[in-house]
Amino acid sequence: MRYMLMCCMNEAHWNGLDEATRDDVMTRYRSWVDQIDAAGQHVLTHQLMQTATATTLRSPAGREVITDGPFAETREQFGGFHLIDCEDLDAALAIARRIPTLAVGGTIEVRPLVDSA
Amino acid sequence: MKYLCFGHMAETRWTEMSAAERQTMMAACHAYDEELKHGGHFLRGEALQPADSAVTVRWHNGEAVVTDGPYAETREQLGGLLLLEARDMNHAIQLISNHPGVRLCGPFEIRPLDEAFPEGFCDSMADTAITNQ
Amino acid sequence: MNPRTAAGLSARIDAIYRTESRRILATLIRLLGDFDQAEEAMHEAFAAAVEQWASDGIPDNPRAWLVSTGRFKFIDKLRRRTRFDTLTPELVRLQDDARSNDPAASELDGLEDDRLRLIFTCCHPALSTDAQVALTLREICDLTTEEIARSYLAAPSTLAQRIVRAKAKIKRARIPYEVPSPAELPDRLEAVLRVVYLVFNEGYAASSGDTLTRQDLSGEAIRLGRLLAELLPDPDVLGLLALMLFHEARRAARTDDTGELVRLEDQDRKLWDNATIAEANTLLDRAFAGQRIGAYTLQAAIIGVHANTATAADTDWNQIIALYDLLLRLQPSPIVQLNRAAAVSMRDGPQAGLALLDALATDEALATFHPYHAARAELLRQLGDPAAADHAYVQALHYVSQTVERRFLEKRRESLQLAGTKPLRPG
Repeated sequence: MRYMLMCCMNEAHWNGLDEATRDDVMTRYRSWVDQIDAAGQHVLTHQLMQTATATTLRSPAGREVITDGPFAETREQFGGFHLIDCEDLDAALAIARRIPTLAVGGTIEVRPLVDSA
Repeated sequence: MKYLCFGHMAETRWTEMSAAERQTMMAACHAYDEELKHGGHFLRGEALQPADSAVTVRWHNGEAVVTDGPYAETREQLGGLLLLEARDMNHAIQLISNHPGVRLCGPFEIRPLDEAFPEGFCDSMADTAITNQ
Repeated sequence: MNPRTAAGLSARIDAIYRTESRRILATLIRLLGDFDQAEEAMHEAFAAAVEQWASDGIPDNPRAWLVSTGRFKFIDKLRRRTRFDTLTPELVRLQDDARSNDPAASELDGLEDDRLRLIFTCCHPALSTDAQVALTLREICDLTTEEIARSYLAAPSTLAQRIVRAKAKIKRARIPYEVPSPAELPDRLEAVLRVVYLVFNEGYAASSGDTLTRQDLSGEAIRLGRLLAELLPDPDVLGLLALMLFHEARRAARTDDTGELVRLEDQDRKLWDNATIAEANTLLDRAFAGQRIGAYTLQAAIIGVHANTATAADTDWNQIIALYDLLLRLQPSPIVQLNRAAAVSMRDGPQAGLALLDALATDEALATFHPYHAARAELLRQLGDPAAADHAYVQALHYVSQTVERRFLEKRRESLQLAGTKPLRPG
């Protein structure tokens, strides 16, 4: 099964961490990706620019409306995702629990993908 | 530049649709994906299962805690992702504004990828992933 | 195909994109009648070129090939969209157009006009100034939304919206894609030149931020000026280009090694760029040879006097004041009066200059314009009235928003205090 791990973090909180902490998290992050990669579970990883760069398109009643900023104003913002391929939800959760941003305030949403095959 | 586009949809809307309506919508979306491929803009598309299949992991008292349901309870839920190659944000907006999903489903959020991270890693993975498909 | 040829072809196509993409876009907008469709059609044409030129070689006229491929890609797309529906009138028109003439030849007719059409449409008076600037930079200068946002210290999403709205307005208001008629031309050209000069000024005297100049924007404005001078060599266009080049020639001398502002009279004139000054002189001669002498030409002539004078002491202030008098007739603005007063003070002494400045004291625009207060401060200092000078510096500092200029004014104010006077407290 393929799962999407969506990583959320309060941007202000992350930007407020000292650089050494952020570097440390990113180093551990990289080795986390290396691990799932080596295990053949990694499909795709992307980090997004922060939400200040987002644009949202809506089309209520057929009239297109474009606004600055993300679709949903949440306490934590979606900052990146991993697409993984593993046995089942338990395996996906085991992978997600090891994501190093969790310990510095991050949240991960795990969702199965619709099989494109 | 690469842009990630999040397609949202009120899930009640999906369940309210007739089978024929769903098919029409899916066909329209696939046709548009093809059009994006023609222009070399389509890098990847993924559909997510409904939000009630989601679980959320948080850190609590020194350990990862799992709860049912999506991270954010919004009326419209994330339903799919589209990874686009576009010249700039306006080009990405233009490509998405022709997407049938904006008309038929719900809002799209467009965000540029941070291509600096982790240096060269994402890109190579993405490329392998796409060619392996 | 061997990789060396593939890399070679790709480099050629990149080069063609850089030199031709704006012309191709301008023509496709005319042919397809829509900015966004034209942009997309052009991207598809370049994508097709990568494939087809690899097997067939590069065509004799790549631009014509790309224009006609872009048009056919668009027709294909309309066909795919309409599927088995009846042909739309638009599709019929496009197909007829495409069949009835030889695309290679006829589509290139009036190609230079297409670029002018694009410029006049982007700077159409129905659009706000901000929208004119953003559209011009994106569609004509080929900057990305993100690059424009960076230059103007704005969020990319804000800028993206501005561009989307401007394009929607062009469509909704049916702004025609055309070069204005001779009767309208002077006003419409004035709007275009204003956009070019705004971009230049934002680059040359960045209105806010930490650095004095944003060279990329001035460079884009000069490129635009050169393009206009080539397409429409009107005396005002030549005058504006000369004006920008005279400013640009002094760039290296305008700040010192530490990034601090250096006043005109203190600049090391050996750092001025003589080749650029020579080019500006030629343009200025051409502008003066025209039927009308416009405001940009007069401003260029004033800076030209400085640019062609070896030392500050040799400056011909009579000539400069005479040029300001002419400029005032065309443009009776308080800012021109302020500049003229500064020139008079150089010729006739600080008392004469101050009298002119004080006569402008009731002007509302100048009251919040920091150079006015800074000029008063300098003259009061020369007249030996440090208390009044200090007060004027405080006012100038109140209105300045540019970091480098602020530091310069602070230094000037401090040097006044070092001279041994007790400063007034800002009130």
